[in-house]
Amino acid sequence: MSKEDNILVTKYGDQIQVILDRYPDDQKRSAVMPLLFLAQREGLQITDVIMDEIANILGVSTTQVASIVGFYTLYYLQSGGRNRIQICTDLPCALRGSDDFANQVCDTLGVKIGETTEDSEFTVEAVMCLAACDKAPVFQIHNSEGISYFENQTISDVQSLIDQLVKVPEILEEDDK
Amino acid sequence: MTEYLLLRHRNQGEENIADLDTYLALGGFEAYKNIVTTMTPESVVEIIKASGLRGRGGAGFPTGLKWSFLSNRFPRYVVANSDESEPGTFKDREILEHNPFQFLEGLMICAYAAQSEVAYNYCRGEFWELTHKLEEKVHQLNDYGFLGTQIFNTDYSLQVYHHLGAGAYICGEESALLESIEGKLGQPRLKPPFPADRGLYQSPTVVNNTETLTNVPLIMSRGPDWYKSIGTEKSCGPKIMCLSGHAKHPGNYETELGITFRELIYDLAGGIKGDRNLKAIMPSGASAPILPANDEVLDTPLTYEDVPNIGSQLGSASIILLDDTVDISWAVNKTMKFFKHESCGKCTPCREGTYWMSHLLGRINSNVAETKDIKLLEEVANQVTGKCLCPLGDFSTSAVVSGLELFREDFDFHLSNGNQSIQDVNI
Ligand SMILES: Cc1cc2nc3c(=O)[nH]c(=O)nc-3n(C[C@H](O)[C@H](O)[C@H](O)COP(=O)(O)O)c2cc1C
Ligand code: SF4
Ligand code: FES
Repeated sequence: MSKEDNILVTKYGDQIQVILDRYPDDQKRSAVMPLLFLAQREGLQITDVIMDEIANILGVSTTQVASIVGFYTLYYLQSGGRNRIQICTDLPCALRGSDDFANQVCDTLGVKIGETTEDSEFTVEAVMCLAACDKAPVFQIHNSEGISYFENQTISDVQSLIDQLVKVPEILEEDDK
Repeated sequence: MTEYLLLRHRNQGEENIADLDTYLALGGFEAYKNIVTTMTPESVVEIIKASGLRGRGGAGFPTGLKWSFLSNRFPRYVVANSDESEPGTFKDREILEHNPFQFLEGLMICAYAAQSEVAYNYCRGEFWELTHKLEEKVHQLNDYGFLGTQIFNTDYSLQVYHHLGAGAYICGEESALLESIEGKLGQPRLKPPFPADRGLYQSPTVVNNTETLTNVPLIMSRGPDWYKSIGTEKSCGPKIMCLSGHAKHPGNYETELGITFRELIYDLAGGIKGDRNLKAIMPSGASAPILPANDEVLDTPLTYEDVPNIGSQLGSASIILLDDTVDISWAVNKTMKFFKHESCGKCTPCREGTYWMSHLLGRINSNVAETKDIKLLEEVANQVTGKCLCPLGDFSTSAVVSGLELFREDFDFHLSNGNQSIQDVNI
């Protein structure tokens, strides 16, 4: 296997071992979901190369890994924005105005639900209940750092969050220099 | 009730019990230590049986009885169900966030009672941050010697691990959850065999809801008689009621089982937003029949036995309030979008049925439907009911059937009124 087929093992070897240790030795397949989350730290998209590598680590077929990616909604085969803004528009939130709120977020970013901004920073998505119905409007931000909740949100909260999220990489780049 | 037993972080003057030392100073893990060092697993099961505790994940199954059903094989597993994805449910998240050690202590006592040396807490993927915090708490418990090998110098060993889901409501169904931990698609298994016989990795397994397990340390430290004195004869103990939708003050309310809808909604939660009139109640999220907000319903106690008497379910007490501006056909359409999205696709009636019901409800809500569409909707609902592998199929038809029966005019309205939409009123 060439080095580029070993992206996860090279970078996250220790963490992969910690994950595998959670499950019985003969049940390595159980680690497929945590490994997919680990892979998404490299960017929110599961590529063929990554699926091959995970299949290799676990001793299962790439098709089996692909079926998991296809089944669960928090793994992405398609590329999207660097930040996925996932707004709950399920019934309890909708009763507290979340559909309107979602549209306002879309207007702010100049996209429709499901679309990605031109600079590839944000994708806006409508999602099902997030277990925060008493704090509507609520959304989560899913990016390569993980998933965070934002509750009791106003559109101006969203505006400042967007500014913050867009600025972060610049700050990091400056630090790198 | 004056004291919070599950949402203990809310007790006045109580410090941050998500901090282990604080939890310990308040008597935390004393029950666990006492059990591991002095009690047999069987005697723990007997105490939980005697307490009358019933599962808080929706079905209300007696917890002690479930633990006693385990087949006599080893290894065994214990799995906490923290998948919490039913629309309107947000109690487990508050427990995990603010009272995590009482939950973990319950999970660990359950593991001891089941003679299991490995326990998993299955958290929905969206609880990503929360789960990382919980993993740190588990590390701490290892450092303190509450987990690991030869706990308190006994022969007992226990490890607790977390497993994150990745956005699939169906993984809350216990057999789908187990498939998901096994690294497979989250699709329910045919039952029997039940998890108590063939669960995780085909081993005997207990699956309990997060809130259920959070009750366990209380019972073990204060005794089953004390516990039984809370609530009603058949529905014992405290319960977190999740109130959402048009409540003036939505949120989690911890009460005794057996308070009425009226007491919860009007006395505790301040009534309806904008002091409007209540039109309907969905007592168990999207999954059980809608109830009309009449006096009979409002005076019904929130118990496992009383809510079915008025035609619905207590479930996990995720109570959604709909005021008189709500078009019920719109609400039913929302629930169907949910079920269409969440059907795992394993059986045809559910996969196709949710698709068609969603399509028809969409037509109705866009004012392009005719009377025959409503008839068809009813027919599809009837064809799905009772013909599916897991309860999700039946769940998906509850709101449709009850909505049509009780609020037919909200559906018909869209037929007769051409292009007008009363959904506009409803923003
Ligand atoms: C479609 C479906 C979704 C479910 N979702 C959950 C859930 O999110 N959390 C939960 O604890 N139980 C859920 N359940 C119930 C579980 O299958 C199981 O009965 C429960 O976890 C058992 O724990 P308990 O006895 O402590 O309630 C669900 C059931 C079905 C059919
Ligand atoms: S009823 Fe629906 S969710 Fe349940 S197994 Fe069948 S297709 Fe899957
Ligand atoms: S409906 Fe939006 S968080 Fe539950």
